[in-house]
Amino acid sequence: MRGYRYIDGVVTLRVDRQRCVGCGACVQVCPHRLFSLDEGVLALRDADLCMECGACARNCPVEAITVSPGVGCAVAILAAWINRLTGRKVLSDCC
Amino acid sequence: MLCPFVEEFIPTPVGPIPRVATTVSHRDRWGTIGARIGLIRRNYKVAPGLYAVGTPGAGSPVLVTANYKLTFDSLRHRLGNIDAWLLVVDTRGINVWCAAGKGSFSSEEVIRGVEQARLAEVVSHRRLILPQLAATGVTARAVRRGCGFDVLFGPVRAEDLPAFLRHDHQADETMRTVTFTMAERAVLIPVELFLLAKPLLAVLCLGPLLSGIGPGLFSPAAALERGLILLAATVAGIGAGAVLTPLALPRLPGRQFWIKGILAVLPVALCLWLLFAHRLTPIEQAAMLLWTATVSSYLAMQFTGSTPFTSPSGVEYEMRRGLPVQLAAACLGLGLWLAAPFLANGGG
Repeated sequence: MRGYRYIDGVVTLRVDRQRCVGCGACVQVCPHRLFSLDEGVLALRDADLCMECGACARNCPVEAITVSPGVGCAVAILAAWINRLTGRKVLSDCC
Repeated sequence: MLCPFVEEFIPTPVGPIPRVATTVSHRDRWGTIGARIGLIRRNYKVAPGLYAVGTPGAGSPVLVTANYKLTFDSLRHRLGNIDAWLLVVDTRGINVWCAAGKGSFSSEEVIRGVEQARLAEVVSHRRLILPQLAATGVTARAVRRGCGFDVLFGPVRAEDLPAFLRHDHQADETMRTVTFTMAERAVLIPVELFLLAKPLLAVLCLGPLLSGIGPGLFSPAAALERGLILLAATVAGIGAGAVLTPLALPRLPGRQFWIKGILAVLPVALCLWLLFAHRLTPIEQAAMLLWTATVSSYLAMQFTGSTPFTSPSGVEYEMRRGLPVQLAAACLGLGLWLAAPFLANGGG
């Protein structure tokens, strides 16, 4: 996805190459093409391009990838903040 | 009660299955427009279940999709000359990406769809093709465990499906990468504007009320004059934050959207100032510009929800910085706007 770059150094994506079994599921599902297999083990390029959709971690059979997944939407986050603050469901999120 | 996109029913081992058209009808076109501007977005669905395109047989591919009508249409309209089964999963009328992110396009829902359609009796193979963006909500191995079907994640965009099917189910890097082109951004603008109708109505009602308050208690003339300027300032902010920002997104400097919104407002604010400065005191001018910038900054920040590259961690990071600034600017702007008539009078 050329031309777009979001905030550096904030994403929760972590990989554990020791656990990787080289199945390639993450390579297939990542919509930003961040993974590849390097001699049968996953290699991650430029983690800052991750949008934390969680597709890789969900489809990894051995938990070699962890990420705190979610929807990167200000309205949804604001709704969650306000609802937590008031302890009620004041706002519902967008889509 | 036949849906207009159903051409006929074809016999299968589990009974008749509706065959759907792959051409775009006028009704589809109007429906798409209605959904895109936000009028019928919330309840634009098709019934979940199994459908056919072309004349599929036991060996034909099964394409799984969401039951938002816009999603269903964009899939079937690209399947001319293809024989396939369409398994429409109940995603509560939400598109693939949002439904997968929010959990309604899930492994469980796919398994339920397969079982309810008795898919194992219709096809002889055991393979489902899902849109790649469903992988956020669907675990391939959970589906296999749950119903015996292998999940193959196909291309991101439905338009690439014919090539994907032709090339032995191989997707190249382009097919697997999300994009956010000018057209893809522009098509999102009408819904954003539609959702702003209510807040804008509030400004239309409250603006004159607040603008008329002055040393003489309430001035109808000032209410009209200043109320309209406040409305214009709000509309300008919306233009900068919800139209200009999406259109110019990759060109706007900076990473944080609330800052992009402030940069996008600069040309708009200049026009606003040239139009109205002569009718306002310097304090009112400052108030007007603060308000416009706040509206633009907030709406730009809100646009993070429509992009396919903003991480929730990043959005939270920028909201912790942007929101306090926006709150302070909004309070200062409105405060100055309210105080201006008194200050002008005191000075003169």
